[in-house]
Amino acid sequence: MSSLTIDPRRYVGRFALSSASHVGRVSYLVLEMLRGLREWKIWAPRALGLANDIGYGSLFIVMLTAAFAGAVTSVQTGYQFTATIPVYFAAGVIVESIILELGPVLTALILAGRIGARYAAELGTMRVTEQIDALESLGRSSVSHLIIPRVVAGTLLVPVLVVFASVVGVGSGWFAAKSSLDISYADFVFGARYFFRPWDAWYAMIKSFFFGLAITLVPCYMGFTAKQGAEGVGKATTSAVVAASVLILFLDALLAKLLLE
Amino acid sequence: MIELTGVSKSFGDQLVLDEVDFDVRVGETVALLGSSGVGKSVLLKHINGLLQPDSGEVVVDGMNVRHLPRKELAELRSRIGYVFQNGALFDSENVYENIKLGITDETCAADENYCHDRVTQCLKLVNLAADTASKYPAELSGGMRKRVGIARAIAGQPRYLLYDEPTSGLDPVNADIIDSLVGKLQEELGVTSIMVTHDVRGAFKVADRLALLHEGRIIAMGTPNDFMTSKEAAVRQFLERDFDMTRSWFELESGDSGENGH
Repeated sequence: MSSLTIDPRRYVGRFALSSASHVGRVSYLVLEMLRGLREWKIWAPRALGLANDIGYGSLFIVMLTAAFAGAVTSVQTGYQFTATIPVYFAAGVIVESIILELGPVLTALILAGRIGARYAAELGTMRVTEQIDALESLGRSSVSHLIIPRVVAGTLLVPVLVVFASVVGVGSGWFAAKSSLDISYADFVFGARYFFRPWDAWYAMIKSFFFGLAITLVPCYMGFTAKQGAEGVGKATTSAVVAASVLILFLDALLAKLLLE
Repeated sequence: MIELTGVSKSFGDQLVLDEVDFDVRVGETVALLGSSGVGKSVLLKHINGLLQPDSGEVVVDGMNVRHLPRKELAELRSRIGYVFQNGALFDSENVYENIKLGITDETCAADENYCHDRVTQCLKLVNLAADTASKYPAELSGGMRKRVGIARAIAGQPRYLLYDEPTSGLDPVNADIIDSLVGKLQEELGVTSIMVTHDVRGAFKVADRLALLHEGRIIAMGTPNDFMTSKEAAVRQFLERDFDMTRSWFELESGDSGENGH
């Protein structure tokens, strides 16, 4: 009977050990990556190809998401604003919401699904079909060939995509604001400029950089350590998207606290 | 020379290798026999450092694989060609790129003319047409994939070749082609080879010596003749299924080679 008793301490202990093990292994992977950066002749051409793929491949879905997010933000802002508040305030709220939060976070979450799942599945399949072992058996570094190009491409491209998302989001926000708030172009621009600070753009870029790291590093790690055939690849892919998404939200809160207060 | 001394390896609670002693002399071909899941591939992966032993030593060319720094391990691996069970070809690259990745010398790999000639040469060695180079792994049959895997393993002109179940999943005709290929490469390239297999007939055909892995230990190691005359129960049991066929083949070969001084 005693073996059937649920002891929460055991589960907490296992979770803590498992988390510590993941943190240790990710740290080791990062060290391997830093060491592998010297082999730029190997990773740079691959990173270029992948960056091209991430950029063009994700542009449509990122811009579509940003367009809807911008429009909905405008409509909801219009719904909440009353006549006692100057209308240009609404423009400030819309633009700042998109630049500081919606542009980077929505783009990152979309890319966590699109790129994160793909990287985890690709590397997971390579792991379970021994392609990674094959690469290492040829005396080649799997980190330089497979991980660094993906992480570099994603980390550099996510901020670029966030810029596109923010521009499209603000544009669609302006179109939606015209009907929901009856705001003139001059008032919208005045409000946007009134509340905008150059640091906001830097903040969005810094945030996007870290999101890019989370979107690529976590799925690469999950795929790289996948086990047990197709089921293992499936688990790695799901875990990668969930973990990358949670990390994005965690980083969002952490960076807001560190950089905006 | 490859030498494993007292090598033990566990995965979780499961002891796979239990103080294994195993050696391969320069120029010979050794077939490592054993039932499925007994740890043959695990043993093979210790030789080029893809797996590290929990205890014991793995020594290749006088170097202890377990304690080799990263750079030296990479250099050692470049001297050991490894043929994976399912080919393990890079499925996003075509056959040419796959074989080219096997050219481990940096200077040679950077020379496109050399790469082209070497890839063509390797394809010819494994009896594949030159136009196979442009195909992707998904477009190849199982036997062709195995041969491309062998071509990739020999592209870097290794001193050692490790074959992990080179004939598994193949029909008898293709299995014979691969067995002949292993023998041909041994003769033409003079490499030292280890072939992990449970195909007794193929092992008798190509190996100078055989070893039987059973319950985590090498319980028998010797020439094909030693195996045929072994009184060891596990050896008899393992050979039993293919015994009549293998014995007929072995007697035929012995008769022929008796005249040739085998």
